[in-house]
Amino acid sequence: MYGNDVIDPNEPLNAAETADYDAAAEHDDQRDGRDAVGDDFDALLAADQRIEPRDAMPDDYRETLIRQIAQHAHSEIIGMQPEGNWITRAPSLRRKAILIAKVQDEAGHGLYLYSAAETLGIDRQELLERLHDGKQKYSSIFNYPTLTWADCGAIGWLVDGAAIMNQVPLCRCSYGPYARAMVRVCKEESFHQRQGFEILWNLMRGTESQKAMAQDAADRWWWPALAMFGPPDTGEAAKGGHTEQSMAWGIKRFSNDDLRQKFVDMMVPQAEKLGIVLPDPELRWNDERGHWDFGEIDWDEFWQVLRGDGPCNAERIEHRRRAHDEGAWVREAANAYAAKQATREREQQQQKESAA
Amino acid sequence: MSTPATPTPTDTGTTSVTEPVTEPVTGAAASASESAQREPLPGAAENTGGDPGAKPYGAYLLGLADDAMVYAQRLGEWMTNAPQIEEDMALGNIALDLLGQARGLYPYIGSIDGTGRGEDDYAMQRDEREWRNVHLVEQERGDFADEMARLLWFSAYQVELHTGLSGSGDDVVAGVAGKALKEVRYHLDHASLWVVRLGDGTGESHRRMQAALERVLPHLPELFDDDEASVLAAGLEVGVLPSTLHDAVVARVARVVEQATLRLPDGSRWRSRGGRAGIHSRPMGSLLAEMQHIARSHPGATW
Repeated sequence: MYGNDVIDPNEPLNAAETADYDAAAEHDDQRDGRDAVGDDFDALLAADQRIEPRDAMPDDYRETLIRQIAQHAHSEIIGMQPEGNWITRAPSLRRKAILIAKVQDEAGHGLYLYSAAETLGIDRQELLERLHDGKQKYSSIFNYPTLTWADCGAIGWLVDGAAIMNQVPLCRCSYGPYARAMVRVCKEESFHQRQGFEILWNLMRGTESQKAMAQDAADRWWWPALAMFGPPDTGEAAKGGHTEQSMAWGIKRFSNDDLRQKFVDMMVPQAEKLGIVLPDPELRWNDERGHWDFGEIDWDEFWQVLRGDGPCNAERIEHRRRAHDEGAWVREAANAYAAKQATREREQQQQKESAA
Repeated sequence: MSTPATPTPTDTGTTSVTEPVTEPVTGAAASASESAQREPLPGAAENTGGDPGAKPYGAYLLGLADDAMVYAQRLGEWMTNAPQIEEDMALGNIALDLLGQARGLYPYIGSIDGTGRGEDDYAMQRDEREWRNVHLVEQERGDFADEMARLLWFSAYQVELHTGLSGSGDDVVAGVAGKALKEVRYHLDHASLWVVRLGDGTGESHRRMQAALERVLPHLPELFDDDEASVLAAGLEVGVLPSTLHDAVVARVARVVEQATLRLPDGSRWRSRGGRAGIHSRPMGSLLAEMQHIARSHPGATW
């Protein structure tokens, strides 16, 4: 069993533990048909084949992917901060070990994703500069603060849960390096989501103050987690957004609204199991739709935070910039040393050759 | 290496602590957090609350465990603050290894000192005067050169220490040390590579690395002090006498420093004392306050 006696390890807790993930991960194996299709971008898309770095691709497709993959990479790197904030304070050694490992995984995800972006002809240094200068974004969810230990649970359960829901379809993204990165990232995120659930599970079975802490964290993270899927993009709202083009390119597979609904449907029963009351009085099962109905998301708040006026926007970028600037002399030294070594090796080689 | 305890493989009836009992995590998707949750802890199975008189070296092991625990806490502060993302990961990894070493020892100490305490009792519930770590590991995080100077010395010390302890007459200690030895060799490699890069990098990095070697100096002699608990443990062929590690550790560090075109400083006008007796420096109180405050704010809670 998983650390306690009630959580069933066989019961899926997130989208990476469902058949959707297995199907998406298997999709990567269908590369045999590629030779028959040839190298034409549209033909490859039509045949549901992967676009690879050396293939010709429209500039817009390349730019869209760079923007999306970079934003995803930045989200992993900035996303280390809210939980990194709790490494020194984790309430038990087991929790501390898991949290360090989790933040480490996020750094690793950032690195895979920067590498995937680099296959499109841009380097990490430039992407980091764009992040630091505010020219590229990261997920707005990380502009909310982690006020108590329970926030580490809520982030794992809800924020990682929502991220996985978004990312499982990306395992089938038309761009090969991104899709393959997602297969691995989703698997690891699945453990993150489980550990978040487990943190809340233990809190909800603990003292009154622990329960209150868990409920408070869920109250604060529920709505921002729903907003993570992005603004409405179906029906009337579909006009003018990026969804239609991204779907045509095989970058996006489901609408924001569809993914949000799947997430709500998955989380409501889990909240019940935890004993947490989700902060939405309009949440009720709709027999006709076969889905949970939920209340209106505060999109004004979403846009406000996205524009930079959230509780932690300034803090996150300032922290990232400071670490980068403080480390500049170290990176310069590493480059200088590598250059010296290369020169020494060349000189040794020349000496050997002239001696021969 | 001088006078390590003689290996005396007895107690073959107990589970060997050097062989993990859970299945290894395999496959490309074996994440760090997944491994962290499944990693078996060598000492954990041994906490049977035995007779405290039979193994009177709990205080010695507590010094080793506290060194690892407190340094893990300091290294954890680097995550999101390192010079590059790869280094966030590397320092996090070293912190995890050290945390694992402490977690391997605490429950075993609890079983031999007669208190039956578990890992969180030791980490979260002890006051400053009860901690037995050296001052080196409790010092505040400095710049990256300071950390590499500290890591170079501490990991060189740990390589020699665990080489000796893997031959300990206590099977649990030998098991923890055997596992730790593999880890601390990597830590030493990592620190050595950086000290060489920084020493032989730019003018600024050379100056900073040299300054860091000077700053760390006063905190080194404590590692090699033969306190009462070490003498007792070494006498029982369970522990290693710290003073016997000195020359080998200095030799390891000196090789790296030379390759880095740096100079090993001669000596310091003062040195730290007292960590093994629970006398700590100013940063220790704040470190414990931060580490323990959630756990202590909720007495009796589980997490």
